[in-house]
Amino acid sequence: MGHTEAQSLVQFHNVTYSLPNATIISNMNLTVERGETLVLLGESGCGKTTTLKLINRLLTPTSGEVRVEGKSTTTWDPIELRRRIGYVIQEGGLFPHFTIARNVGLVPSLLDWDDARTNERVREMLNLVGLDPDRFAERYPRELSGGQRQRVGVARALAADPPLLLLDEPFGALDPLTRASLQREFAELATRLGKTAVLVTHDVREAMILGQRIGLMHKGQLLLLESPERFRASDHPQARAYLETLNVNGGAH
Amino acid sequence: MSFWQFLQANWSELLLLVRQHIVLVFVSILVAVIIGVPTGIILTRYRAFRGPVLGIANVMQTIPSLALFGFLIPLPFIGGIGTRTALVALVLYSLLPIIRNTVTGILNVDPNVREAAVAMGMTGGQVLRQVELPLAMGVIVTGIRVATVIAVGVTTIAAAVGAGGLGVYIFRGLRQYDNNLLLAGALSAALLALAADFLLGVVERRFSFETKRSSAKGSGVRKLAVAVAAVLVIGGAILWLGRSTPSSETRVAVGSKDFTESALLAEIVAQMLEERGVSVERRFELGGNLPHEALVAGTLDIYPEYTGTSFTAILQHAPITDPRAVYDQVKQEYANKFKVEVSQPLGFENTFAILVRGEDARRLNLKTISNAAMEAPRWRAGFGQDFMSRADGYPGFSKTYGLKFAEVREMDLSLTYIALSSRQVDLIAGNSTEGRIPTLDLFQLADDRRYFPPYEAVYLVRQDSLTRVPALQDVLGKLANAISTDEMRRLNYEIDGKKRDPKEVVKEWLKEKGF
Repeated sequence: MGHTEAQSLVQFHNVTYSLPNATIISNMNLTVERGETLVLLGESGCGKTTTLKLINRLLTPTSGEVRVEGKSTTTWDPIELRRRIGYVIQEGGLFPHFTIARNVGLVPSLLDWDDARTNERVREMLNLVGLDPDRFAERYPRELSGGQRQRVGVARALAADPPLLLLDEPFGALDPLTRASLQREFAELATRLGKTAVLVTHDVREAMILGQRIGLMHKGQLLLLESPERFRASDHPQARAYLETLNVNGGAH
Repeated sequence: MSFWQFLQANWSELLLLVRQHIVLVFVSILVAVIIGVPTGIILTRYRAFRGPVLGIANVMQTIPSLALFGFLIPLPFIGGIGTRTALVALVLYSLLPIIRNTVTGILNVDPNVREAAVAMGMTGGQVLRQVELPLAMGVIVTGIRVATVIAVGVTTIAAAVGAGGLGVYIFRGLRQYDNNLLLAGALSAALLALAADFLLGVVERRFSFETKRSSAKGSGVRKLAVAVAAVLVIGGAILWLGRSTPSSETRVAVGSKDFTESALLAEIVAQMLEERGVSVERRFELGGNLPHEALVAGTLDIYPEYTGTSFTAILQHAPITDPRAVYDQVKQEYANKFKVEVSQPLGFENTFAILVRGEDARRLNLKTISNAAMEAPRWRAGFGQDFMSRADGYPGFSKTYGLKFAEVREMDLSLTYIALSSRQVDLIAGNSTEGRIPTLDLFQLADDRRYFPPYEAVYLVRQDSLTRVPALQDVLGKLANAISTDEMRRLNYEIDGKKRDPKEVVKEWLKEKGF
């Protein structure tokens, strides 16, 4: 048990999250290990985005406890907690009135890094996600394509070198070709940097490509949590329903 | 006089009014922004207050401006007459668009962007300053722009409470039926509104991130600071240029009502005081009962009044017809109730004159109001607001003479003369000293049943002002019985008919009289 505590970055203990008229998450238990990419898979409204927001304390559990680095989110200073967690949402959630450089340098500047260090870090991050700093640093988000904006979103999340990344359908709004190449690049990047990541998607193909473990969610419950190989072999009806869509799609190729 | 000649002759006065106008608008908008933007921000945080506060601001804007000024006059600290009251009213009018647009602008920020900002670890203040306000700035500036354009319009009403501005020309133009004055006032106000709209439109586009391109240098906050600094410098310069001279101990505030004769009588006192080395603050052309309230409140020292008006409208007595009895009772009650002294009568009466067209009078052989009663059912009558509402006005008048008109229109008093001569109406209640009565060929019907009480012209002056400024005694003594009705009509005509400058007319007359 002690071993697990040390290895795992995030733990959910009997977590329930409910609104006055609905239960969004019921009695969830989950552990995210250091260095792994865990994918939460499920349809809209299954509670997967809520699960992410419980980790960086955009939401707090109604009952139970979410621990990050062994400490309950309710005892963390929320500002400090969030600055240690990279967050990527669809379309990147970039600030439209900030240049790309300011967007990427946001968390470093919040952490009061000096300008030289921040600038250097911004160039490094843009290079890392495959954007030429000289071409893109002074542009505004409007002037970029959807894929480029998404790369900036990832660069921004990585800028302060946080131990944990949360990604909410990061590639959902992209065309299939761009999505496929970004998925490949992200998988490679996450492995190379050794980042822990929790990624939310409704795309089973994306889950199979990116996830070291896949958690299948349905109506606020975590139905199963398996490696991609064992997920593929699962005979759980919900898992089979997803896998069949994969076969149909696979047949079309 | 052509409009061009008028402008050449009155250029410096027009510029002064424009400057007063700009100062009023600028200061009120500045205050409204300082109050409104933080209020709007608070309302985005506390949803429960949003409905009530926006509701109150909404109601403020629906109150007619003249009525709002009326409410403010008797209030301490924020009320009275002059610039301060006008500013309070203007700020109240400007708040709604600014608060509403601040709320809308912030609430319309893309929720994904706000969520990203929070998730990045920004504090509440950082989210507000770095994300919400910059993104809402375009919408907020739109609100300021709307408020400014409205304020330019409402400020024209500020002349009614003695705050100056272009409304002075508009009110004076209406009263004297002088198109040059009207045009100069209205055109300047319209140009000011357009200029404000254009300039703030430019500012608005600078803050709209939708159109922002890489070429735009510098951060939004820095640009905001530069813009605010520029506005403050320009506004400060205007304020500095428009600053008024400091008041002195022996300063006398002379007021008047909002018609030519009252302003003229006030100007006579003003010039005579200045001749004696007393500095004078002119608070002319105040609407309704403002001069009385201001006198009692101490913001005015003296203003010209008519005994009948004091007797019925202020003291609320039923009208009586003996001039001596009215004068004595007014003098006594004013001294007791208001600590106000009533001067000797000036020598003329300005009573209500029931007027018809001269040609009608000749054709129908009309001499008295009783003669006209038979014609009334086929006639339309036009009366000023004052006449319609006062105790010795329309209700008693129509009852005494058994008058039933086909239609009664309530309109601005100064417009009734023109309405009569241009056949819009057939009978009006004007002033007996109106200078246009002979020139428009109007005929005054005799008050054969002696309905109207006497309206002797007097000055009302605060008792403490008389002790503070001895020159007042001297001036009022000289003016006792100094002006006849014919003389008053002639003076009125010099201004209303010949469009001459009241100051010159008064100067000439004082010289003639040897005062």
